[in-house]
Amino acid sequence: MTVIKTKVDRRSFLKTSALAGGGLMIGFNWACSSSAEVKDPASAWFDINAYLTIANNGEITIMSPNPEIGQNVKTSMPMLVAEELDVDWKDVIVKQAPLDNAFPRQVAGGSQSIRSSWKSMRMAGATARRLMIETAAKEWAVDANSLTTKGGYVLNGSKKLSYGELASKAVGIEIPEEVTLKEPKDFTIIGKSQKNVDLDEIITGKPVFGIDYKQEGMQYAVVLRPPAFGAKLKSFDDTEARKVNGVNDVIQFGDKVAVLGNNTWAAMKGKKALVADWDMSGRLEDTPYHDSEMNKLLNKRVERPSRSDGDALKAMASADKVFEKTYEAPFLPHNTMEPMNFFADVTGDKVKLVGPIQTPAGTRGQIARLLGKSPDDITLEMTRMGGGFGRRLYGDFALEAAEISQKANKAVQVIFSREDDMTAGTYRPASKYKFRAAIKDGKLTGYHLSGAGIGRNNWVRPDWFPAGGIENYLIESSYVDSNITTGAWRAPITNFLAVAEQCFFDELAAEMGQDAIQLRLDILERAKNNPVGEIDYEPAKMIGVIKLAAEKGNWGKAESGVSKGFSAYYSHNTYVAEVADVIMKDGNPIVKNVTVAVDCGIVVNPDAAINQIQGGVVDGMGHALYGDFSFVNGTPQASNFNNYRLIRTKEAPTVDVHFVESLNDPTGLGEPSLPPAGGALANAMAKATGNRLYKIPFVKDQMVFG
Amino acid sequence: MATYQLTINGKQQTVEADADTPMLWVLRDHLDLKGTKFGCGIAQCGACTIHMDGNAVRSCSIPVSAVSEAKITTIEGLSKKADHVLQKAWVEHDVPQCGYCQAGQIMNAAALLQRNSSPSMDEIETAMNGNLCRCGTYNKIKAAISSAASNL
Ligand code: FES
Ligand code: FES
Repeated sequence: MTVIKTKVDRRSFLKTSALAGGGLMIGFNWACSSSAEVKDPASAWFDINAYLTIANNGEITIMSPNPEIGQNVKTSMPMLVAEELDVDWKDVIVKQAPLDNAFPRQVAGGSQSIRSSWKSMRMAGATARRLMIETAAKEWAVDANSLTTKGGYVLNGSKKLSYGELASKAVGIEIPEEVTLKEPKDFTIIGKSQKNVDLDEIITGKPVFGIDYKQEGMQYAVVLRPPAFGAKLKSFDDTEARKVNGVNDVIQFGDKVAVLGNNTWAAMKGKKALVADWDMSGRLEDTPYHDSEMNKLLNKRVERPSRSDGDALKAMASADKVFEKTYEAPFLPHNTMEPMNFFADVTGDKVKLVGPIQTPAGTRGQIARLLGKSPDDITLEMTRMGGGFGRRLYGDFALEAAEISQKANKAVQVIFSREDDMTAGTYRPASKYKFRAAIKDGKLTGYHLSGAGIGRNNWVRPDWFPAGGIENYLIESSYVDSNITTGAWRAPITNFLAVAEQCFFDELAAEMGQDAIQLRLDILERAKNNPVGEIDYEPAKMIGVIKLAAEKGNWGKAESGVSKGFSAYYSHNTYVAEVADVIMKDGNPIVKNVTVAVDCGIVVNPDAAINQIQGGVVDGMGHALYGDFSFVNGTPQASNFNNYRLIRTKEAPTVDVHFVESLNDPTGLGEPSLPPAGGALANAMAKATGNRLYKIPFVKDQMVFG
Repeated sequence: MATYQLTINGKQQTVEADADTPMLWVLRDHLDLKGTKFGCGIAQCGACTIHMDGNAVRSCSIPVSAVSEAKITTIEGLSKKADHVLQKAWVEHDVPQCGYCQAGQIMNAAALLQRNSSPSMDEIETAMNGNLCRCGTYNKIKAAISSAASNL
């Protein structure tokens, strides 16, 4: 039984008030630490950012503060509240809350939404249920502990009162000190697939996305940005642009020029008609430069390694053989299907913002500083997002909209063309990994990983697998400074680190004459039973998913014409193992199927979880195969889907998902299936073709593939 | 600027637009039919798929001047009550992730089922290969089209 405290230092995590029009409103924090984790109550102090209302007619509304980017939190998080409240899911309405002063803290975290809110969301539901029970107990003058609930009713033998009837009367009732959460075995909503709450809007084409937003009289703004990272605007001529039908204004801001039109097409045409002169005398980087800088770093020892156990260099020196491999990956644009866009209306002191953004509060703060306004004068309405993958963590497009609106004194919607979106990105940075393994008497005696990439990042995850399982272990990370904007891209860092590492273990196993899975299991057994140093993952869970994937993916069983590749990775607190099946067709390797085993604790919404996992695998494989993005003189070399290839339905494998049964608290799902995918693919391809792939995009390395 | 008489979702519409304006922007900006989506503007992604006399076309690459008498159907006009066999299948399989590509996917699949009511998996893949889904919902899209076909 989980008993959870609703109060710390007399301050409650929840607040109740009367609902306008009758009924009960309970305010709580969507992602607030519940008491079990509160170490410092002052810092964990609680801002109301979500509401649960029970109307007199029994209607339950949950205001969800978190932006929806396709990870389905808008459905799965309210499910947690509804579960503990004990109502029918069909009676629950979910609404997207805007960013305003009533909702002070809103973020869409990296696969952390469910994990961080698992207890607080349930606490909110459980507290509301308890209030219903206590109100009913007063009505009936009975002991509250003798009452039960079901489907939105409080039950007392054959008598029952609906939550709707009780809601208004519950307003004055004190919030209980603590509430009891359900046992997982009693769940009726969690663990059962519930449909996406926005499904009907999506399939009928309702205007739910940012790009669909429209305000009467608004101008569409298309922006000309520097063609290269490092280029500056010298001058421009807008004579022809202003002649385009429907173009109303041309506004320069910084090194950019915005064309405002009555419709998107007019603004796009106006932008094409601009003639700009660029100063290209600044630092203009290109891919060969990045390559050579990274190579230099890989061959240099860093002053302070990320981790060092034993003496890996000594192990190398005394080894029978040092096995060394290097893997590399390019920059990647995010390419959300919905290009970047944002609406801004700056009038006098007030600013109205509407659009798709993963970091509404931070973006509002930046805009306040940019415009010299108080954040209190800025409202921000979050729309559904046509994909994020990390790109919408950065609000550059929202800042552009605000600045243009202020300068033009008009309401504007900034729209990126696909070319704008791909060439003015915040890219997944290029990176390289060099692995060395010391082999002595047929045993792995030392391990050395050196990671380098573009931009100030930590390129390694030193305390994850194979940490703890190898006596002499050295991990290093270094970076190349750059003026190309880089940022988080679905499963940051690990989206390629995992590919490289899991390819290396396959090659190493072959070198040592061992089974690819057995080598990993041996290291994990050591890490589990007698770890070298501290580790930051649970080897037993990793072993669990590896065994499940091996069993379901028929590892080690010969299937005629099928080559199998294995990969396993831990990220976002979730364990994933994958077996990719590759067949040869007309001399070309084709990925037919991927078997995935996942340990993500309790699976809140199974169908949606499967969707996320399938998507992650397809995404990981697609970018490993085709992701190709380079720079010449600071200029991106791909700009639209005719010269940048994304995986399509014919190339996408079927993805067969298996969950480890678990009663543990849920962990991340939006990202963890992506990192291992590229490795499983490369390992299967190597078997199928005899050709080992070291460089993304694999399609280039493989030559014949695709 | 010219004036165009268009038949969209069974309704007559009059639009003032430049001849080269793609139908995508006529629908979205002139007529407020925002269901048809912009993804690439160069006929590479399928997000903007609509029907022209029952055939799936890329509205980003059809100028308004080329439409003339043709009957245009958009996602908003695919069914009256969201009860097209594909929309029902999309609900059954809970297909979308972000959802942005899905109107285009459904419109493209609807044209496929119109000309081939029992497509093989190969035929589905070939027909749907022009429609990108960045979220990677391809498995679910194919499953939904198959079950829609079996419910025809
Ligand atoms: S927007 Fe028309 S095909 Fe991409
Ligand atoms: S569901 Fe996001 S692009 Fe297809």
